Amino acid sequence: MVDMLCEVLGHKPLTEVYWELDIAAPDIAEQARPGQFVHVRVPGLEAVSLRRPFSIFGAEGGTLKILYKNVGRGTAEMTRLSAGDRLQVIGPLGNGFPLCAEGVPVLVAGGYGVAPLFFLAGRLERKGVVLIGGRTAADILARDDFERIGWRVQVATQDGSLGTEGLVTDLLDKELAGVCAEGDAAEFFACGPEGMLRAVGERAVAAGLRGWLSLDKRMVCGVGACLACVQKLRRADGSTWIGRVCHDGPVFEAREIVW
Amino acid sequence: MVDVASQKIDMAVDLGGIRMRNPVTVASGTFGYGQEYAGLVDVTRLGAITVKGIRLGEWAGNPLPRHVEVPGGMLNAIGLQGPGVEGFAREYMPFLRSTGVPVIVNIWGTDENEYAEVARRLSDVEGVSGLELNISCPNVKEGGNAFGTDPRTVAALVAAVRRATKLPLIPKLAPNVPDIKVFVRAAQDAGADALSMINTLPAMAIDIESKRPILANKVGGLSGSAIHPVAVKLVWEAAKVAQVPILAMGGIMGPEQAIEFMLAGAAAVAVGTANFIDPSVSLRVIDGIEAYMRRHGMGSLRELTGAVVCD
Ligand SMILES: Cc1cc2nc3c(=O)[nH]c(=O)nc-3n(C[C@H](O)[C@H](O)[C@H](O)COP(=O)(O)OP(=O)(O)OC[C@H]3O[C@@H](n4cnc5c(N)ncnc54)[C@H](O)[C@@H]3O)c2cc1C
Ligand SMILES: Cc1cc2nc3c(=O)[nH]c(=O)nc-3n(C[C@H](O)[C@H](O)[C@H](O)COP(=O)(O)O)c2cc1C
Ligand code: FES
Repeated sequence: MVDMLCEVLGHKPLTEVYWELDIAAPDIAEQARPGQFVHVRVPGLEAVSLRRPFSIFGAEGGTLKILYKNVGRGTAEMTRLSAGDRLQVIGPLGNGFPLCAEGVPVLVAGGYGVAPLFFLAGRLERKGVVLIGGRTAADILARDDFERIGWRVQVATQDGSLGTEGLVTDLLDKELAGVCAEGDAAEFFACGPEGMLRAVGERAVAAGLRGWLSLDKRMVCGVGACLACVQKLRRADGSTWIGRVCHDGPVFEAREIVW
Repeated sequence: MVDVASQKIDMAVDLGGIRMRNPVTVASGTFGYGQEYAGLVDVTRLGAITVKGIRLGEWAGNPLPRHVEVPGGMLNAIGLQGPGVEGFAREYMPFLRSTGVPVIVNIWGTDENEYAEVARRLSDVEGVSGLELNISCPNVKEGGNAFGTDPRTVAALVAAVRRATKLPLIPKLAPNVPDIKVFVRAAQDAGADALSMINTLPAMAIDIESKRPILANKVGGLSGSAIHPVAVKLVWEAAKVAQVPILAMGGIMGPEQAIEFMLAGAAAVAVGTANFIDPSVSLRVIDGIEAYMRRHGMGSLRELTGAVVCD
């Protein structure tokens, strides 16, 4: 974990609201594992503004990639960044996903949830399938990126403008049936809105498979010090405890989470 | 002005019996138990480490959302989640002891007896240097701010804890009172060794679309830049009657605000919300105070504390 001043190497819009930001962060990129995140001080906001957390989308050759959605004050300000600008970044933070799956890895992404999952896809021992869901075609990101590295991609949009009409969990049900029919096992890795994560988690538990869910909680410190981002969790023996998503997570196995 | 370029500057301060090698600590609840930030900051350089508030037993705190960003700072309603005295001593003291830095433990309870019992037990824990009594937290239903806004309760509580421990006692005064001097006197007459101020200011934010309070607890405490001038005034007022040193906090974002507090009468300062934004800010504050003293020809903190000029 380091706190470093990073130079922007590249920054481009992917769609109307999604952006990719590339920064020079060798110390962070070198240590980074899929599912970990960085805590960014957004240049241009008042000095007293809190940092913003973003998953690591890529970390190769000293370059750290972030894929973000412009949703508010901080991310709107970020869209103004250009090559040569500098920003203060803490990372890598959090635990990350496991890198070996039992059976076929099934990645389930909603919105910017593709970010950590794309990084994961490049590092998992075995290739599998990624299911990407969104409200409309414009929310479906990184599809080509996954295909380029040899992953099968399935898409679902709620308005049917791309892929199957419906929810990403509908795709998951189909995949699961297919995997089971072939007598293979599967392991889920998911990142997206809470409703989606819960639905993926329920399916993992019901099918007796492992499901790794990356939670999205509002954060303040990002390092486990302030207790703003807590989540009730269950141990294997059934007792419960309160974890910090930034420090003990953001990735938890479906059975650990007490929703 | 004297030649100070080469002069040695004495940054040490005795905060009611806690010997700090510089006047800068971190504010309770904003630096965890020290170890969370140890990978990013050289915590051994701090004058003291003040840890998150603890009570006798484990405590779960409030539901989420527990914070919201507001102009000039943030609101929090963490609700004093913590591991209790035993958990704290077991899980967190080994690291804290290893830093060699004085440890100030922030404590709370729902009544006088609990405060006293927490103090008694912590007196036996090796490495605890002093106790900050949180009698001003706006985020718990029982105790908290309600204790801190009645001078008789403050006096009784400080007296009860005083009987329970020999450790240096630092009551943390509530800012939302009509006359801080009354509370300063109440606390010091009851045996306080130092005073700490200010805690967060009771505050609220509403989401205008959902028409609901943003914090699950509905109300919380305001911290950050926004409260700094309020805190400076309170410290200045308090210093007029305080016979014990003052540990000041509220909106320190860099050395300037810390120096302002010291000019107003603080013997030491604590950096809070700013840690979340820049984890090494406290070290910058230490260096900045030293540079300021050098620039103003001050050889020790005694020349800085209370040096505000009011003609
Ligand atoms: C572990 C983790 C990984 C994330 N990864 C990504 C990513 O890869 N790409 C991406 O686009 N977004 C990601 N997010 C969400 C991202 O942090 C928020 O969208 C961003 O903070 C919004 O900031 P804002 O100032 O634009 O929004 P505002 O609504 O103006 O922000 C106000 C406050 O709320 C917080 N906040 C608002 N929305 C969220 C949210 N969904 N999650 C957490 N905090 C929020 C902000 O940090 C800020 O403190 C991640 C969040 C977490 C916790
Ligand atoms: C997230 C958070 C948690 C806090 N927890 C405590 C606490 O446990 N006990 C306490 O006495 N004060 C607590 N405080 C108050 C701070 O110690 C400090 O008094 C206040 O934030 C003002 O300083 P600042 O503006 O520099 O943050 C907390 C503040 C914040 C922001
Ligand atoms: S954000 Fe501070 S503990 Fe997680």
